[in-house]
Amino acid sequence: MELSKEQLIEMYKKMVQIRKFEERVVKLFADGKIPGFVHLYIGEEAIAVGACSAIEPKDYITSTHRGHGHLIAKGGKIDLMMAEILGKATGYCKGKGGSMHIADVDLGILGANGIVGGGFTIAAGAGLSAKMRGTDQVTLCFFGDGASNQTTFHEGINMASIWNLPVVFICENNQYGISLHQSRHQRVADVSDRAVAYGIPGVTVDGNDVVAVYEAVNEAVKRARNGEGPTLIECKTYRHRGHFEGDPVVYRSENEFNEWLKKDPIPRFEEKLTEMGVLSKKEVDEINEWAVKIIDEAVEFALNSPEPELESAVRDVYTDIIEEVRK
Amino acid sequence: MRSLTYAEAIREALKEEMENDNRVFVMGEDVGKFGGCFGVTGNLWELFGEERVRDTPISETAIIGASVGAAATGMRPVPEIMFADFLTVCMDQLVNQAAKIRYMFGGKAKIPMTVRVPVGAGLSAAAQHSQSLEAWFTHVPGLKVVMPSTPSDAKGLLKAAIRDDNPTMFFEHKILYSIKGEIPDDLDIIPLGKADIKREGKDVTVVATSLMVYKALEAAEQLEKEGISVEVVDPRTLFPLDEDTILESVKKTHKAVIVHEACVRGGFGGEIAAVITEKAFDYLDAPIKRVGALNVPIPFNGKLENYVIPGTEDIIKAVKAVTE
Ligand SMILES: Cc1ncc(C[n+]2csc(CCOP(=O)(O)OP(=O)(O)O)c2C)c(N)n1
Ligand SMILES: [Mg+2]
Repeated sequence: MELSKEQLIEMYKKMVQIRKFEERVVKLFADGKIPGFVHLYIGEEAIAVGACSAIEPKDYITSTHRGHGHLIAKGGKIDLMMAEILGKATGYCKGKGGSMHIADVDLGILGANGIVGGGFTIAAGAGLSAKMRGTDQVTLCFFGDGASNQTTFHEGINMASIWNLPVVFICENNQYGISLHQSRHQRVADVSDRAVAYGIPGVTVDGNDVVAVYEAVNEAVKRARNGEGPTLIECKTYRHRGHFEGDPVVYRSENEFNEWLKKDPIPRFEEKLTEMGVLSKKEVDEINEWAVKIIDEAVEFALNSPEPELESAVRDVYTDIIEEVRK
Repeated sequence: MRSLTYAEAIREALKEEMENDNRVFVMGEDVGKFGGCFGVTGNLWELFGEERVRDTPISETAIIGASVGAAATGMRPVPEIMFADFLTVCMDQLVNQAAKIRYMFGGKAKIPMTVRVPVGAGLSAAAQHSQSLEAWFTHVPGLKVVMPSTPSDAKGLLKAAIRDDNPTMFFEHKILYSIKGEIPDDLDIIPLGKADIKREGKDVTVVATSLMVYKALEAAEQLEKEGISVEVVDPRTLFPLDEDTILESVKKTHKAVIVHEACVRGGFGGEIAAVITEKAFDYLDAPIKRVGALNVPIPFNGKLENYVIPGTEDIIKAVKAVTE
């Protein structure tokens, strides 16, 4: 395995950070502090972290409505994210975007997206741009199993494949699109089978195994950087929470849920790292405490941040025109 | 008389039309056992089974495109698009296919389908889940556009839309789903193209759609105390538009304010204002005022969102401006 001890620890820390972040969002949402919809990533952390560990800061990602994990994995700032989720002026989008629209273009994060399937073609475009500008930047496009039935899946991947664009399409197959089980929304069991249609490699990996995800994405990123075009990687996983906070989750069985809890990516990785002697039990605890402390600070920052001024609502529509305010 | 919520009234209309006519069927994302993202289809899945209450993949293009195909060949689909914002995904199917097939084929086909779509802000759902895009569809000959404000209007108009032989956009406001209203016992269909005067008045005509009808009524209530009598006209369908009711009202009051939640620029208010100026200009005592959202995407933060969408105060200000 080519991952160094430091890299493994870094990956573990990111996964814990995402988990703690999301757990805090659960609580804040339950306390009525978070408006709108939030879709949580708990249970799927290995994918964002495994994938983003295989790219560099100069590279791009496109994210989804379930984006907190991708953003943290790509280096998004936790305090600015938390402030945005709470709708504050100090948040990533000045309170205009919320959970579903967080972006940090300077970090290569081309945005969460409220439109299912919104990322495929944007990722193809980012790949085209990298190619035309002559850089070796790669774009990771995260999407769900449900999104793979949108027209943009076909159009985006086809375009990336005919033009050999440096894009890695990463399906987070958590087996549901809201209430609909994968078996009821598509005939294939493996989304990666569809790669055949585009003449590109398609692989399926255990999405709850962060190293497996890393290895698959790393391979695909190498190909992409070498001008060999896109890859379709499917990561099998499961979301622990409902589709959105507040979802009564009537569409899946207790049994199925419990089976997947046993495959929780974080304890699994933790066990592996302690067995390998990379981390001691004590270090694991320290990392968990550290992660909570960072979230505490972020929440503190977010809660103490001001609400945006009303008139800020009309700014940022155009680069050069400011709309009329209400009189 | 019974009382139903707007969502229940819509469900009842669907149920009755599905009982009446087995060509009628519902399809959309999570409309089956889950009962719809806003709970509107509810128990229809239990009543009619998964053949007629069909869960679809997340494929708006196919939901609408397949509805067009089914409608052209003898069915009467009632597809649901989860949020009006996602209509953009299937715009070609609506604009170039559904709306034009009959005309292009020289009248040799009909597309009896009703697209149910939640619109509107108020849930801090941000810019891609809060839009009111109804005006776009009024600009496409071939489509009918319905936008009910009350449970009974929703029920009667939906039944009419389902029986109509043309593709019809049916816009439901998310915030209205939980409001209750009385359903007359003898309510059957409410014909498309008939406005409803929600409050009679003599000084100013306020033409308001959907959720804004309630804000206009609130404004009228408050203005009454200041001696200004407001007539609230709810067009209910934007196309066909009941111009007569609007014009009659304006000829009586000599003043008009038009209110919708969609942003003002390019909104349907412009069309209504044009109709009034073309056909009742001589009756006007003051310039027409339009009230709508600021011309910006809908922001996430609830305070900003409230600031952007029009409220009762904005309607009061506009009424005062035309009466002064
Ligand atoms: C174009 C569009 N259609 C529908 C929706 C509503 N919606 C939001 S998330 C979602 C399910 C997405 O499923 P999947 O792609 O598997 O991602 P997951 O939520 O499982 O991570 C749906 C239908 C949307 N946001 N955009
Ligand atoms: Mg899914």
